Amino acid sequence: MTDAQTQIKDTVTSNDVVLFMKGTKSMPQCGFSSRVAGVLNFMGVEFADVNVLADDAIRQGIKDFSDWPTVPQLYVKGEFVGGCDIITEMTLSGELDTMFDDQGVTYDKAAADKIREAND
Amino acid sequence: MPMHAQELEDLLRESFPNAEIVVQGDDGVHMSAMVVDESFRGKNRVQQQRAVYAALKGTMDGPSGDLHALALTTKTPE
Repeated sequence: MTDAQTQIKDTVTSNDVVLFMKGTKSMPQCGFSSRVAGVLNFMGVEFADVNVLADDAIRQGIKDFSDWPTVPQLYVKGEFVGGCDIITEMTLSGELDTMFDDQGVTYDKAAADKIREAND
Repeated sequence: MPMHAQELEDLLRESFPNAEIVVQGDDGVHMSAMVVDESFRGKNRVQQQRAVYAALKGTMDGPSGDLHALALTTKTPE
């Protein structure tokens, strides 16, 4: 494995929830990254953010790692969950809640319900 | 080079000849596509969307890629 692949593997195994994104969770630099970080922030999920714009090796490496061509990418317990469209769909359908429940990730259920009410 | 909606649809059609395909957005950089295809049955969303990205053959990739942003929806027929 290249250094980037090793580094990515370490990051997704040592943090329960990791978002690879453009920018940071406090200052996203792309609308799609912003949307996913916004959902996680609003749901009170503790997550590590990795800014792919800060490191070209990671920016390319994360695409190879997951065989997925776009950023953002969400990982839970080492598993790739999806990009922006998938996370949005899972949030609205409640599947994201179920996955967090199954994986033992703490989140604010009432906040998740609020997102769904607002997008009903 | 920005991509026209029709080019995107043609590219998808090559891999999903029998799918219902709806492509929207005509600035060529920010577009959306919905693909409804029987081949998605039994696959999770990640697997479905990987298949669509594979059909796009690198048009999404990096600074040289034509498409910056493709909002993707994949479904199986009802």
